[in-house]
Amino acid sequence: MTSTSAACPNCGATIAFRWSGAVQTICPYCKAVLVRRDLDLEKVGTVSDLPPTSSPIQLGTEGRFGKDAFVVVGRIIYAYDRGGWNEWFLRTTSGGSAWLSDAQGDLAISTPAQPHEPLPAADHIRVGQSYAFDGYLYHVASLTRARYAGVEGELPFESWDKHEALFADLDGEGNASTSNFATIDYSDDPPVAYLGTYVELEQLAPRNLRQFEGW
Amino acid sequence: MSAAAVASLSCPQCGAAIQLRTLDQAQSVVCASCGSILDARDPNLRILQAYEQRQKFTPQIPLGTRGTLKGEKWEVVGFQVRCATIDGTSYYWDEYLLFNPYKGFRYLTQYDGHWNDVQVVKAAPAESVNGRQPIVTLHGETFKHFQSSSAETVFVLGEFPWQVRVGDRAALRDFVAPPRMLSEEVTPGETTWSLGTYIQPAQIWEAFSLPGKPPKPEGVCANQPDEYKPVAGSMAKRYLQFAVVLVVLMLLRFLTASRTEVFTQSSVFDPHQKPESLAYVTPSFDVRGRTANLEVATTADLDNGWAYLDYALVNETTGTTYEFGREVSYYHGSDSDGSWSEGSSRDRALLPSVPAGRYFLRVQPEGDPSLNRIQYVITVRRDVPTATPYLICLVLLGLPPLVWGLRAWGMESARWKESDYAPSGDDSSDDSSSDDD
Repeated sequence: MTSTSAACPNCGATIAFRWSGAVQTICPYCKAVLVRRDLDLEKVGTVSDLPPTSSPIQLGTEGRFGKDAFVVVGRIIYAYDRGGWNEWFLRTTSGGSAWLSDAQGDLAISTPAQPHEPLPAADHIRVGQSYAFDGYLYHVASLTRARYAGVEGELPFESWDKHEALFADLDGEGNASTSNFATIDYSDDPPVAYLGTYVELEQLAPRNLRQFEGW
Repeated sequence: MSAAAVASLSCPQCGAAIQLRTLDQAQSVVCASCGSILDARDPNLRILQAYEQRQKFTPQIPLGTRGTLKGEKWEVVGFQVRCATIDGTSYYWDEYLLFNPYKGFRYLTQYDGHWNDVQVVKAAPAESVNGRQPIVTLHGETFKHFQSSSAETVFVLGEFPWQVRVGDRAALRDFVAPPRMLSEEVTPGETTWSLGTYIQPAQIWEAFSLPGKPPKPEGVCANQPDEYKPVAGSMAKRYLQFAVVLVVLMLLRFLTASRTEVFTQSSVFDPHQKPESLAYVTPSFDVRGRTANLEVATTADLDNGWAYLDYALVNETTGTTYEFGREVSYYHGSDSDGSWSEGSSRDRALLPSVPAGRYFLRVQPEGDPSLNRIQYVITVRRDVPTATPYLICLVLLGLPPLVWGLRAWGMESARWKESDYAPSGDDSSDDSSSDDD
């Protein structure tokens, strides 16, 4: 993985990229939202300080999933009226990427997928319904209207213009060792499905986790 | 990067300090001082619900207690009391919310002294119906529907990763496969499945270093493991092993028994004579070997009649006498159902533990007056095998597994008595009421 660096147009600090393909990053010093235009960075806004988090994951956390080693390079914090969750953006050593979602300690790794079956429309999907994607059955566990509550680090797209969107979380039957997981993100048209599995933190053999006092 | 373990804020209602142990995971927090439920996501801790808790409950594990449960460290961060009303009776149970920043959340539930260790399951169980009882399958394990109820939150304390309110309602369905229980909780926005595992109260007390002893659990919990069933099972297994050994011993006995004939004599008597005048003694005979049983067999030539023989086996040297009476009767004929027979012309008496020595028999026959003469043969045999002690042994050894099996059955019926499938006549009125239409 090659690292590139650039200067923050807002405060002049050196921004080191963990991932050369990042489209957007946040200056860790002045919280400016920086979007990459070739080699230059353009400031498109600023983010406020992030709320204290109890997630054990942080930028720079490394781990393994399957054959791939990964590093956490970015994070989106989603919030809805009764809760919130983190989506950590992972870059893998094989050049791929994935999302590690952390909802109250429930971790799931997923990647964007294009199932053969058409995705249910936002105004048709209901909690409790079942859908088959690529041969696996999923049940809609929850429907959440969430908004961006914060971003951190490097992301593969610009997050600045994101608005509130509908997210459907689906649980799959899987097998005894893994449980399938799916999310449908309705923020774009057409919606995007992310398919993956639930994971336990220790399964990822994580390093550089956030330290909590007393734990 | 290090995060503070506890964030400190103050209650907008009463000003008391509010601690957040789960940081951004907390959605609501209850002021320990005034009981108001506050929005933990709001920097000013907006009041979600002013104090409305009519009843006050004290958690058995105080909030903030840390413990090690099944090798993992957990802190008690939330407590709620929920209530389900079934057939007009209210049932209250406690739910403890446990937190570990690296593990997320976990629950403990307590009802009537029974504890369950509960985790939210990520996989959705598959549901089907067996008769009128729904069943669900999770990772190959089948759970039977136990009970459906509606739960209401009646008391909260601490913090929660959702916006809790007193009066929150959820529809619950419990499915059991002891020691596990799968529970479905349906609220308008969400369906959650959780998997509970029965845990011994003493384990909770030890994990959280609680003082004293846990209250004794009452009744049988829906997913309480059956302590009798495995014992009954292993007893039955051991019983089968014993039975095999016994049968082998019995076969050996039957194969190796000597059955030595020590005396035989044929006699005839007239049943019309007075019994006293018919009495006689046999010639003496030797019984050899170590102390063993002695069989006295009587074979009488009877055709629709009976004979009764009053025997006494007398040891010539010691005078020890074994007295016994034997009846031989044999009847046969035919009627509308065909031919029939009753009794047998042969009888055998077994005298246990007869020591070696010189013996004779004193015999006093008596017979059916309808017969003119009765011929009979007395045969005495040494060391004749019998199945009786083995069969008694088999029956007695079978009693413990039977008793434990009955207990297991009793526990199983006590368990299901509390369910929607109670086999009692109580709810038959519900079923039959539709017949009146």
